[in-house]
Amino acid sequence: MAGLVTSFGSGAMTNSIAEISDASCILAIGTNTTVAHPVIALRVKEAVRRGATLIVANPKEIDLCRFAGMFLRQKPGSDVALLMGMARVIVDEGLADEAFIEQRCEDFDAFKESLEAFDLDFVEQTTGVPRDKIVEAARCFATSKPAAILYAMGITQHIHGTDNVMAVANLALLTGNVGKPSSGVNPLRGQNNVQGACDMGALPNVYPGYQKVILPEVREKFEKAWGCSLPESVGLTHTEIFDAAYHGKIKAIYLIGENPILSEANANHVKEAIDKTEFLVVQDIFMTETAELADVVLPAAAFAEKDGTFTNTERRVQRIHKAVDSPGEAKPDCWITSQIAQRMGVAGFDFAGPAEIMAEIASLTPAYGGISYDRLGNEGLQWPCPTPDHPGTPFLHGAKFAAPSGKGRFVPLEYKPSAETADEKYPLILTTDRSLFHFHTATMTRKVAGLEALDDRELLKINPADATRLGVEHGQTVRVASRRGKMTVEVDVTDVCPPGVVSATFHFAESPTNELTNSALDPVAKIPETKVCAVRIEKVS
Amino acid sequence: MNEVTLTIDGLAITAAEGTTVLRAALAGGVYIPHLCDHPDLDPVGVCRLCMVEIGGRMVPACRTPVSEGLTVATGSPLIDAVRRTAVELLIANHPEDCLTCSQNDDCQLQRVAAYVGVDRGRLGRLRRTAEEVPVDRSNPFFNYDSNKCVLCGICVRTCGQRQGVGAIDFAHRGFDTTVSTFGNGPLAESVCESCGECVVRCPVGALAPKALEQPSREVKSVCPYCGVGCGMYLGVRGNKIVSVRGDTENPANQGSLCVKGRFGQGFVNSPKRLTTPLVRKDGRLVEATWDEALDLVAETFSRHTGDQFATIASAKCTNEENYLAQKFTRAAMATHSIDHCARL
Ligand code: SF4
Ligand code: SF4
Ligand code: FES
Repeated sequence: MAGLVTSFGSGAMTNSIAEISDASCILAIGTNTTVAHPVIALRVKEAVRRGATLIVANPKEIDLCRFAGMFLRQKPGSDVALLMGMARVIVDEGLADEAFIEQRCEDFDAFKESLEAFDLDFVEQTTGVPRDKIVEAARCFATSKPAAILYAMGITQHIHGTDNVMAVANLALLTGNVGKPSSGVNPLRGQNNVQGACDMGALPNVYPGYQKVILPEVREKFEKAWGCSLPESVGLTHTEIFDAAYHGKIKAIYLIGENPILSEANANHVKEAIDKTEFLVVQDIFMTETAELADVVLPAAAFAEKDGTFTNTERRVQRIHKAVDSPGEAKPDCWITSQIAQRMGVAGFDFAGPAEIMAEIASLTPAYGGISYDRLGNEGLQWPCPTPDHPGTPFLHGAKFAAPSGKGRFVPLEYKPSAETADEKYPLILTTDRSLFHFHTATMTRKVAGLEALDDRELLKINPADATRLGVEHGQTVRVASRRGKMTVEVDVTDVCPPGVVSATFHFAESPTNELTNSALDPVAKIPETKVCAVRIEKVS
Repeated sequence: MNEVTLTIDGLAITAAEGTTVLRAALAGGVYIPHLCDHPDLDPVGVCRLCMVEIGGRMVPACRTPVSEGLTVATGSPLIDAVRRTAVELLIANHPEDCLTCSQNDDCQLQRVAAYVGVDRGRLGRLRRTAEEVPVDRSNPFFNYDSNKCVLCGICVRTCGQRQGVGAIDFAHRGFDTTVSTFGNGPLAESVCESCGECVVRCPVGALAPKALEQPSREVKSVCPYCGVGCGMYLGVRGNKIVSVRGDTENPANQGSLCVKGRFGQGFVNSPKRLTTPLVRKDGRLVEATWDEALDLVAETFSRHTGDQFATIASAKCTNEENYLAQKFTRAAMATHSIDHCARL
């Protein structure tokens, strides 16, 4: 997200889901769309049916490859090299959209200079993708308009994830594919309300609407609205919070609907951090692995038991309605948080209901300024929607970019290797993935018998060549070890993974993949590198 | 889009250019029997039930585009005879357990048969002595009973064209034609992704959900899983979610759902839900009242404001809840240390 803010001035998906069907070229990089965002994948398939060329760039041969005109199988962690290589071809062959660059962008020259380092010999060697494929993909992307880029965690979960995102953005700017329907840079958000949680300022550096915590005028605005004084410096990120807890600096944690023991990279470290936390409050709908360690567990209402709004990956704010009563004493999160605040004697938490909270959100969040429950109707509204008569915004950066300069910014980049690379001791690269049938740590999906029946255990995917070399067979149980932890898991021998790369999900508590993964952080976005981690495989007798 | 006016059985009907006579008729309130047409799919014209007469020729309404001034007759002695034969062939071997079929009341075959009017006596002569094929119950969410299949191909086209999966296709030829998976194995062992899109579109009871309870009302909602945010209607009966239906008017999903969205909402009614606050006493989590738990939390949090406190918010919670969580962290706890799993 930080990367897109640098390039475009906004971190959100630039275009709308429905527009994807009309793209004439789609580059899907670092997204296993049919599995993680199945209904967006339907639009991609529809575009292909209508004649679009799909370029899949992924270390693994994902299901979407069946629809792809081109499959670029870059080595894990080599995305910057691949994207810059494509950019280099586009510039060298005079395929760049010069009018767009001239009128709508800035810093092109510095970017162009940084392309010098990406001659095709270097790119081919670094990515493992044959040069004519890179050339072909670059030409196709530059000449088929509109062209859209889709990406997900395969781009962001790297130590240089921010660079990856900016490389994606550079490519879109270079070809003039921003600010038009069916084009753009489209990060597909994982959880159903990640977009909304970010918009609402559940982030350590911004208030609702990405208003910066460090700006005095912003602070004063919120101090006035909330009637309190507010801290001046930014807070800690997810991973930093657990580091601080580990070092005894954080003593109380309020954990809402999260299961970091399974989801966090380097999960053992998180477990220790939680052990050292004096007071952990977990608010959730189920007893999770993390809740077991809490001092207080508060039972929350599920989505079907309350009113409110979610904001999907295309910035669409949509209403949910209460369908059933909560079991037992479970209560909506709004009620619980308000109760705690009120019992602490803090004012400003006596809302009559979610509609009233939305009114306060609209009054303080410019992009949500025109949003109210009355207006959400059947289709919801896509932000920015600044005023009550604004129809919402299907695609961003139409007339000008959201950045203060109004321009799209090219960012010069260099190639940086992953924090961990394969070596003698840990000769394979483990990358994390998802299953179609489960979600995240599977707190919800594993409670559904049918989903559990379709997919009930972790399988470590491994290339037949590696399997033969290691003498392991399909279905055999092995131990996978990294510098941080180990787990035992059943092996699935498949061509989906290239030689040297293995993959696993993190849905199953029995095989806690994130005990292995690396929590090395991208320095800007602070996202851990769960997509690249060196491992070795040992036989268990 | 341009509009044209055509006449169907003497009735003037206005329709968008590019649509078919069948869809224009149905939209205009005129029923023409049909089985293999579905608004989400390209027409194929295989069931031959929708035959109409235009300019003295018999044509399938589902394959005939509308045009200005077109005059259509939906019935004639010849059409009726053709239709009756087609329907009788279809139902001669169709199981007669309509009352216990989940499609009862919503079945296109029932509708067609009732419209055409079927002579019971003739059915016996058409009946083949085909053996009853066992129902494929391998998928956890729906069954496939090929005995009820009318070979309209809607499921095949849904799975192949729309979903791009191709788990099912026509097999064999002539009287032996069936819809089956590759190699005729059970669905659960095929490449089927359990999206249920074929089940939703099956016009008869061949592909039918295992969950038989019908909802007594529907509530508009949004899928709680991934960021697509598919619009859905939760079917509720009593205090239980018994069905899920994709919202066709929602621009994000246009009616589609994946396996998690369509079949994965049972967690809401799970007996494993947390139902009461728990407080750790002597190392164990024990049940507590809301007052006890909330007072303990409020009192302890009060002692750890500022740098000693952090909130991990949830990307599964609503905007309003996240707004309150950050307001609480900032205004009540005097720290900006709030984050959620956006990075993971
Ligand atoms: S459930 Fe989905 S994937 Fe499976 S056969 Fe039906 S349409 Fe195809
Ligand atoms: S139905 Fe599937 S694709 Fe749609 S939001 Fe739910 S999980 Fe995502
Ligand atoms: S609906 Fe026209 S042939 Fe089947």
